[in-house]
Amino acid sequence: MSTTDTPMPRLPELEVDRRAWRHLADAAVGVELDTGDMILNLGPQHPATHGTLRLVVRLDGERVLAADPVIGYMHRGYEKLTEVRSYPQITTLINRIDWLSSFANEVPFIHGAEKLMSIEAPPRAQYIRTILTELSRIATFVLFLGEMGLQLGALTPAFWGFRDREHVLNLIEGVTGGRFHPNFNRIGGIKDDLPWGWINETRNVMKIVIDACVDFENVLAGNEIFEARTRSIGIIPGGLGAAYGVSGSNLRASGVDWDLRRDGKPYLAYPELDFKVWTHPDGDSWSRYWVRLQETRESALMVLQLLDQLPSGPIMAKVPRIIKVPEGEIWVETENPLGQMGYYIVSKGATGPFRVKIRSASFSNVSILPWLLRGVYVPDVITILASLYFILGDIDR
Amino acid sequence: MADEDITPSQEQSGAGDEEHAERAVAETDQPAAAAQAQADADSAGAPPATDVTADEVEGDAAPLDAEEGELLALLETQLGDAIIDQADMFGSLLVRVRPDAWRRAAEVAKRDLACDYLSYISGVDWQPAPREGDDVGGDSSAPVQPTEMTYGLTGSAGRFQLLAHVQSSAKHWGVTFKTDVDDASPRADSWVSVYPGADWHERECWEMFGVVFDGHPNLRHLYLPSEFEGHPLRKDFPLLARSVKPWPGLVDVEPMPEEAKEEESKEVAAAAEGGEGE
Amino acid sequence: MIHLAVDAGWGLTLGIKTVIVLGLIPLGALILGYTFLLKMMSHMQSRLGPMEAGPHGTLQLVADGVKFLQKEDIMPAESDRYVFAIAPAVVVMSTFLIFIVIPAGPKLVVDNLDVGVFYALAVSSLSVVGVLMAGWSSANKFALLGALRAAAQLIAYELPLLLAVVGVVMQAGTMDLQGIVGAQANGSIFGWSGIGNPFILTQFVGFGLFLVASQAELTQTPFDMPVAESELVSGYMVEYTGFRFLFFFIGEFGTAFAFAALAATLFLGGWAIPGVTNTGLMEVLGPIVLFTKLMIVAFLMFWVRFTYPRLREDQLQALAWKVLIPVALANILITGIFKVAF
Repeated sequence: MSTTDTPMPRLPELEVDRRAWRHLADAAVGVELDTGDMILNLGPQHPATHGTLRLVVRLDGERVLAADPVIGYMHRGYEKLTEVRSYPQITTLINRIDWLSSFANEVPFIHGAEKLMSIEAPPRAQYIRTILTELSRIATFVLFLGEMGLQLGALTPAFWGFRDREHVLNLIEGVTGGRFHPNFNRIGGIKDDLPWGWINETRNVMKIVIDACVDFENVLAGNEIFEARTRSIGIIPGGLGAAYGVSGSNLRASGVDWDLRRDGKPYLAYPELDFKVWTHPDGDSWSRYWVRLQETRESALMVLQLLDQLPSGPIMAKVPRIIKVPEGEIWVETENPLGQMGYYIVSKGATGPFRVKIRSASFSNVSILPWLLRGVYVPDVITILASLYFILGDIDR
Repeated sequence: MADEDITPSQEQSGAGDEEHAERAVAETDQPAAAAQAQADADSAGAPPATDVTADEVEGDAAPLDAEEGELLALLETQLGDAIIDQADMFGSLLVRVRPDAWRRAAEVAKRDLACDYLSYISGVDWQPAPREGDDVGGDSSAPVQPTEMTYGLTGSAGRFQLLAHVQSSAKHWGVTFKTDVDDASPRADSWVSVYPGADWHERECWEMFGVVFDGHPNLRHLYLPSEFEGHPLRKDFPLLARSVKPWPGLVDVEPMPEEAKEEESKEVAAAAEGGEGE
Repeated sequence: MIHLAVDAGWGLTLGIKTVIVLGLIPLGALILGYTFLLKMMSHMQSRLGPMEAGPHGTLQLVADGVKFLQKEDIMPAESDRYVFAIAPAVVVMSTFLIFIVIPAGPKLVVDNLDVGVFYALAVSSLSVVGVLMAGWSSANKFALLGALRAAAQLIAYELPLLLAVVGVVMQAGTMDLQGIVGAQANGSIFGWSGIGNPFILTQFVGFGLFLVASQAELTQTPFDMPVAESELVSGYMVEYTGFRFLFFFIGEFGTAFAFAALAATLFLGGWAIPGVTNTGLMEVLGPIVLFTKLMIVAFLMFWVRFTYPRLREDQLQALAWKVLIPVALANILITGIFKVAF
């Protein structure tokens, strides 16, 4: 298929020499100084970009005039791959979209497949799935709480973040056998039941997490320098954020009271849980940090609730040996740690789907960067990137 | 939320060519279709009490619930006959609009339905993928898809369709829009003026399917390098990984230490024999 | 002059002094680096730090030094070769020059200049030139950004540093460091001469200013914009590897050593123990006392370094010009008033 019948796209907005655009990474100092503005490549290898994101910024001194994110360094072609895979195989694949909270990626897909097959997972399986989803949310957020400090220069909280995340990863490993990519969901339920002693261990770890939140609040959220670096930086107005597709904690930090666990179509065990949705009116980087801090604590409380209410019973529904999903289309979306994740599954009755559209949260979160980064300082770029909290696998799929 | 459990009867019995023929034909025949749907529902066994409104969908797909009915009514007042078809997609409203009303649908959704949140814009290529299994040691592990072209819930005029989902952060409802695009030279209106987030989604759609968006400020590659040719998510674009290397690839297993010694001694013996033979 | 058993000639004493100063910098850097960077930071972060090389990892930095020495000497193709090579030396040179005036005992000083304090602060600002040379010659935009930030920052924080010390000089009545040590050791607080008169008691504002300003002079968090690791990935040092980077590293910790020694001398009483006048004893004890005091000051500096996030450039400059300098000027005014009144 050639592109001769589609028009040639225009060159990007930054009016630079075409040669310089091709080899921006090699651009020598002398070339750019002629223009008075400087073009700086933040990435694709840069400690602040959370992976291989490349931000081409045009600077005037230290002020950003224009920013253009270049993504695709981690594009793995998930949507094309799903066309040649069966449903259980896809579960393994989609673990790796957002690799920090990998269990949460599987949930909407499995949910969609189950709905298409009219199978309902037994209550115990739903509860365990919810517990694991919330654990992965805690794992992601605890890392964020420490690592945002690291981006701003505070070395110590980052290590605390990793240390507390280890506890949660040990829990996930105890159930699923895998720390990062559990691949634990099956259509109709989950693979194994909880091991002996896991529930008590989880209760202890949740207490540790709640204490850690207090630490983070004191060391970072209340720190004057942290506040000076993050307050009023990167304000996303709620309406504009929604129009860009920004979701999750980012949107809630702009005052939009919307959480799919409470407001969307019921999924997993959330309808039976009592939890608070945290919002903050400011919409700046500090409020994004604060909202995630509160949500971490809330998730720990939710896990404790779930453990108290955990029903007994089977963990797997009656499912045919070869999974053939009947013909149909479904759109499922869930509240993942990074934002709203959704799958549009088109099935034609085969053992694998016909088309899967993966709506990943970070893709839309990052699309607001060109608007958001105009006129900020270079250090603020780092702050904003850290506070938006995207994962490259989620952007690039 | 109204009851959206799907009974097995609705799911399995309807899936067939019959349904598609019905949908393709029964576009304007609403009252008759409503009666037919009632008859179908009755004959298929007692479905759970769903709120069936007057705007029932033709064919025997699941009827719309109250919220979907409200959304559809709002859409119809603004879009009128631009709506070609609608369906209930497991509790979520799916509406297929005419191509010339694509941007208008977005404006209506944003203005009248309070849908301020753009979830995604993407596309579907309904052409079945060419079977690679019988050729040059190709991929025999991929699931076998049906070889005839079928078009899903609300039908399609051709091979390519655009798909978009918008939601309301305040009212917590959402609509999925579908529209057809021309197969030979796919074009559509850009939603960037309505939802700024459409910028990247449309770039991806162009890159993956080749759909050109009129009114998009800067349609260029998003994921792929700028010199890339072709549109990967089209079904006739091969999965490059499988062409480059046959599935499951070269199975390269290093033998265990004991086995390695055995193999070594075998090799030595074979070499000695080979030397003698020559 | 160092009194040895044998009264050595001019050349030999010069040689010995040179060797001692040259050895002191890396040694000081090693000690500070090990104690604070490897062990204190690790323990603050709930981990052990290096434990393998030597007992409890004491030889880790030596191992690191050897590792750096055997690395390939890479120079960016577009860089200015001579400037690139000399820049680390310029930065470290200013550190060496500070050590000339710091006294470690009644006679243990390389050269007790009359304008000791003035000289020490003057030469410490020479490192700005080295930083600019490094950043410019690297032919790298990140390095350039870092160097320009460093230049602005280091120049801005020279003033609070200097003004903080003016109060001490006014109280001591002299600029040479032995005199300042003597004034503290022999002084008295309202007549009670039990612990002498360490200037930290009366010049606590000055001490605070000196700590903050020296933190900025060393480009340590919260003032490490020039080397902001998460933005500029080492800033002006980003193109340096191997031996040249080792120079920068030694320069950084050596300067920390020097500034901590300066702070100990100016505010904590230096090598002197008030009440002990036995010169022979103090020749031996002096360095140990000074070392203890400077470790206390360094502990404070590094503790802040590993806890706080970094300030943005404009916030940093605002702090220097709008907060620290007025406070320093007020400190001088009040010191003057008290000096005249009492």
